[in-house]
Amino acid sequence: MAFSTFAELLEAARDHGSLAAAALAREALESDQPEDGLRARMAASLDVMREAVRTGLAGGLRSRSGLVGGDARLLAESDSGPVGGVFTRAMAGALAIAEVNATMGRIVAAPTGGAAGVLPAVLLTLAEDRGLPDERVVDALFAAAAIGAVIAARTDLSGAAAGCQAEIGAAAAMAAGAGTELLGGSAEQAGHAASLALQGLMGLVCDPVGGLVEVPCVARNGTATAVALAAIEMAGAGVTFPIPFDEVADALAHVGRALPSSLRETAQGGLAVTRAARELTGG
Amino acid sequence: MGAPRSLFDILGPVMIGPSSSHTAGAVRLGLLARAIFGRQPEGVKIVMHGSFASTGTGHGTDLALVAGLLGMRPDDPELVQSLERARREGMSIEIVNGDLGDVHPNSVLLHLRVGDSELSVQGASTGGGEVLVTRIGEFEAQASGSMPLLVVTNTDSPGEIAAVTRLISESGANIAEMRVARTRKGAEALMLIETDTLLADDALQAIAGLPGVLVVRAVPPV
Repeated sequence: MAFSTFAELLEAARDHGSLAAAALAREALESDQPEDGLRARMAASLDVMREAVRTGLAGGLRSRSGLVGGDARLLAESDSGPVGGVFTRAMAGALAIAEVNATMGRIVAAPTGGAAGVLPAVLLTLAEDRGLPDERVVDALFAAAAIGAVIAARTDLSGAAAGCQAEIGAAAAMAAGAGTELLGGSAEQAGHAASLALQGLMGLVCDPVGGLVEVPCVARNGTATAVALAAIEMAGAGVTFPIPFDEVADALAHVGRALPSSLRETAQGGLAVTRAARELTGG
Repeated sequence: MGAPRSLFDILGPVMIGPSSSHTAGAVRLGLLARAIFGRQPEGVKIVMHGSFASTGTGHGTDLALVAGLLGMRPDDPELVQSLERARREGMSIEIVNGDLGDVHPNSVLLHLRVGDSELSVQGASTGGGEVLVTRIGEFEAQASGSMPLLVVTNTDSPGEIAAVTRLISESGANIAEMRVARTRKGAEALMLIETDTLLADDALQAIAGLPGVLVVRAVPPV
C-alpha cells in the first residue's frame, strides 16, 4: 500500500530526504521491484506526457462534438496577457494535454483523464524554465503520486464519486506539492503547497456539458494550473496553511459525499443544465 | 477507496482519453470480463447503469467496453474503431441502459455468449482507471484486476478450497487475497484467488484436474 496519510509520508521524507525519495522507496518495497525499474516506468509515462503537450500545442485538434480544440495553441502564441512567462506556458501545456484527451488521444491519467493536464504542465514548464533534468521531474512525479494516494485513501478520485474537486483539485494539489519540492522547497513546504491548492478548489462540482470531458474540463485544466502555480508561489515564499493536508483531504472527502448526484458527473446540474449548454448539445 | 496499492494507480494508466473512469476503466472491465469468460464472445449485451448510462456515449464508454472485450488495451490508439473491428470479427453487440440497483454509479453488466455458453459479469469503474468486478454469474465477487486472479468454480464440498490452495502453494505462488462464495449449500461455489505472481501452467492444469472443479480461469492483471 502507498502511504495513506500525509503525516506518515512526511515522517518517511525526514528519513529519506524528500517526499519523492520516500514515495519511491515505499513503492519499491510494496511492489518488490527495484527503484531503477520503477523510475524507468515513470520516465516512460513522462514521455507520453511530453508527447501529448507537443501534439496539443501543434493545434488542429477538434473534438467530435466540435466543442473544444485549438485553445492551447491560442494561449501558447499569445503575448498580450498580463502575466505571461511560466504561468502562460504552463497553462498552454495543460490545455494541450486536455485537448489531446478530449479528442481520444493518448495521455497519462494524472490522477484522471479529465484532469491529466495540470501535473505534467506544471512540472515540465518549471523544469524547462530552471533547466532541470528529466530525472528530477521523474522524482517529482513520484512525490505527486504519493500526494494523490493520500487523497485517494479517503475518497475515490472521480467526479462521479466526489465531484471535480476530487479530480482537478487532486491534480492541482499533486502539482503544487511536487512542484514545490522540484524547485528545492522542503517536504513541509510541499505539504503546505498541496493544502493551499486543494483548499482553493474545494467544493468544485462535476458538471460536464453534454456529459463530455470537454466543457468545462479542458478550461479547468488551465485554471487549476493557475491555482497550483499560485500555491507553489505562496508556499515557496514561506506562506503556510494552518490546516494539515490530511485534514484538508478529509474535508474534501466530506464535501464530496455531501454533493448531490446532479453535481457528480451526471450532467444534470451546474453548467451542464444552462441554456447555452442545452443549445450546444442539442439537448 | 482505501490507500492505493501502487503509485502507478494514481499516475496512470497510460490511456486513450477522455475519461479514466468512463474510458480506461471501461476497457479494463471489458478485458476482465473477456478473461473470466475465457474467450472472445460472439454476442454481447451491455447494460449501462447510472453515470455510465447518462454520460457513457460522450466518454466513449461503449467503444471502450467493446475494445476490452476484443482484447485491446487502454492505451491502444485503435480503440476509437472498436465497433468497426467487432463487426469485422463477427461479434454482435447490443447496448442498453438499465437500473442495476444500489450499486456504484459507474456500473455495467456484461452478458457474454459463445454458442450455448453464457456468462454475465458485472463491474464498476471506481475512478482513475481502477475497477472492481462485483459479480460473476450468480456469485458476488470482488476483484480489482490489478493482480493475477484465479477464478475457480466447483461443486461445494468439503476439502475443495484446501485442495486448490495446496496446489497453489506447492507451485510457489503466494496468495494475496481470497474470497469464496456459493449459491447454496452443496451447490456450485466460486473461489476468487489473487496471487502475487502468475500461476504456472502445470499448477493450473493440476487445479483443473481436481475432482469437483468445474472451470478454472487464470486472469492476468489488466
